[in-house]
Amino acid sequence: MSSNAVIPDEDGPLFAAAKKVYPQRVKGRFRRIKWALLAFCLGVYYFLPFVRWDRGPALPDQAVLVDFERRRFYFFFIELWPQEVYYLTGLLILAAIVLFLMNAIAGRIWCGYLCPQTVWTDLFFAVERLIEGDRRDRIRLDSQGWSASKIGLKATKHFVWLMIAWWTGGAWVLYFSDAPTLVKDLATFQAPFSAYLWIGILTATTYVFAGHMREQVCLYMCPWPRIQAALTDSDALNVTYKFDRGEPRASVKQAAQLKAAGQPAGDCVECKQCIAVCPTGIDIREGTQLGCIQCGLCIDACDDVMGKLGRPTGLIGYDTLKAVEARACGTPPPALRLIRPRTMLYAAIIAFVGGAMLYQLATRAFLGMSVVHERTPLFTTLKDGSIRNAYTLRIANKRSEERPVAITLDAPMGTTWEVVGAQQTADWRPIVVIPPDSTLDVRLFVTMPQPQARGPSQMIQIKAADLSFGENASVKDNFFAP
Amino acid sequence: MTNPNPTAHEPDFDAVTGQSTTGHSWDGIRELNTPLPRWWLWTFYVTILWSIGYWLVYPAWPLISSHTTGFFGYSSRAELTQEMQALEQRRDIQAAGLKTASLEEIKSSPDLSRVALARGKASFAENCVGCHGQGGTGAPSYPNLTDDDWVWGGSLKDIQTTIQNGIRWTQNADTRMGEMLAFGRQGMLKKDEIEQVVDFVRSLAKLDTAKGANLAAGKTVYDANCAACHGEAGKGNREVGAPDLTDAIWLYGSSREAMIESVHNGRAGIMPAWASRLDPVTIKALTVYVHSLGGGQ
Repeated sequence: MSSNAVIPDEDGPLFAAAKKVYPQRVKGRFRRIKWALLAFCLGVYYFLPFVRWDRGPALPDQAVLVDFERRRFYFFFIELWPQEVYYLTGLLILAAIVLFLMNAIAGRIWCGYLCPQTVWTDLFFAVERLIEGDRRDRIRLDSQGWSASKIGLKATKHFVWLMIAWWTGGAWVLYFSDAPTLVKDLATFQAPFSAYLWIGILTATTYVFAGHMREQVCLYMCPWPRIQAALTDSDALNVTYKFDRGEPRASVKQAAQLKAAGQPAGDCVECKQCIAVCPTGIDIREGTQLGCIQCGLCIDACDDVMGKLGRPTGLIGYDTLKAVEARACGTPPPALRLIRPRTMLYAAIIAFVGGAMLYQLATRAFLGMSVVHERTPLFTTLKDGSIRNAYTLRIANKRSEERPVAITLDAPMGTTWEVVGAQQTADWRPIVVIPPDSTLDVRLFVTMPQPQARGPSQMIQIKAADLSFGENASVKDNFFAP
Repeated sequence: MTNPNPTAHEPDFDAVTGQSTTGHSWDGIRELNTPLPRWWLWTFYVTILWSIGYWLVYPAWPLISSHTTGFFGYSSRAELTQEMQALEQRRDIQAAGLKTASLEEIKSSPDLSRVALARGKASFAENCVGCHGQGGTGAPSYPNLTDDDWVWGGSLKDIQTTIQNGIRWTQNADTRMGEMLAFGRQGMLKKDEIEQVVDFVRSLAKLDTAKGANLAAGKTVYDANCAACHGEAGKGNREVGAPDLTDAIWLYGSSREAMIESVHNGRAGIMPAWASRLDPVTIKALTVYVHSLGGGQ
């Protein structure tokens, strides 16, 4: 490096003003895919809380519901209790590895098509274009002085943005309470304060992030571009400018002159449409970079231009680094390697974690029991010299019906047992009735006569048998004696 | 490459991007000098403004003898007091059911008994564990409340009466009275008579007796001195708090020495009458709780 380079400030400016991006309207395959995904994602988000799912009279009928008050999470046919929150761990692992797999196959699909930041920003761009016009109109509008029409346009835009943001916040709170009821309460100002607060917070974040922060979120706030850069490889499909075909750049006229002179001319005509349509304002021709969310809109823009010029499309397209480099060296590009150790490993992890979660979910017990042995006292000597131990049983009924459960014991002959407050059948089985979708704590007394009650302890098995569904739960615990 | 002055560096530019670098290099990878976006700086100023808002709204600055209280006079202690009052109110609502219901009704109703057991457990820990121990396990001379041996009766009503009026608590007119005389100390029985009667009582409870013990003589002593309270068969009498002498439970110990000491010095327990300290609802809750410990009859 040149040591006598002159720079005005040795360290350069500490802060940089954000450059406003004016993405231009674009049509094409990837734009259509993006519209479809946008409609699907937002449709799911805004309307899912209104989908109903019958779970019987005792439980809420909202298909997706995070019920903090009753400490339940409902997702269609799945109902999770707080102690099953480990499913969330599994989901997070799956989410991370699916993201890695997507990246290994086709780059930042998440960023370009599915990330909420991208989806809402896209929607806000559409509103902006509708009200203020396309790229040129907007640049002109912003450079103008303030006038009544400019104020009108800007006010309309921000009003529509705020409305969308408000709907976004409104839909969010519907996931935490019965949606139709909450909508009615919100409209009549009967809803709890926290509902209004969260709508306010989500309105603010949506408006600020999608309306004002936009690409700044991707460039400065999001960790994924950094991680992605470290995870990608030369076999992954990325939105790529095929410099082997595009360089050297030349206008149509220059290209004709160069070719006439026997010199090479690339297909890139320097129309800069790829830059104009880019939602993060980057130049894809500089290569895969942090600012590129790989939404494919530059592909549509370039294809459009190439089509008009009668040149083959795909100057910008999904391509691998290996293919571009091979073509640059004049060798045929290698076939796309979807199956490689990296993708196989990710797929294996996904299959393993997903399979384990499915297995766990499918074999999930609807009857649960945990036992705590009474510690004060560990045992009680009764009048006739027999020994009694006390246990607290917590029996969980994860079904939406009330269930009678019989408590039985595997213990030495002569052992008797009773559950406080429970009916006892003729064959010594106390019956406890567990209310629907809840747990019940009951006290169990186990009495062992002498000489069976040998100290210091022996193992007994406490068994709960559900009489209506035939499900069983059993726990081993100690029986203490002097 | 060592740099004699770590704060200064030669201007250095990255070959690929043409951007200046910070001069820092790790494994040959140099850090680009990318300026922070200006809005990031603004968020920093906003946090400072936010902190000023905090000073104004919440208690913040210490003064000589107090502190600034904030615009709305917020105090976490006041908030706690409010929450505790709300809790008390909720408890009163729950306890309202206990007031009118009978002990049997409380025990048989799942809702009422849940409230009563929680309240009783809390009150037991505050008032009773000192003598009866955690969980009512008792100790020598303090009865175990988890077993099926009751000196004064183990029904709900009996337990309630005992808690309310106490035992030998003379300030209470209805207190339970019962006392075992000091047969040896007061000269009513001689030493060998005490040993005889102790051996006889041990034979009733199927405990081992001294070699060659004269059980017939012991029975004569027993019939003359003990049967009045403990009964002919030694089954005890709850009216006077005389324990059953035939079972496996011995409040003052089942060794021969402990029993000789009991007969020599006499025994008498004492328990406060809680009616003067606890409200009737709490006593009801305590009754149901003690009854639930395992011994309830």
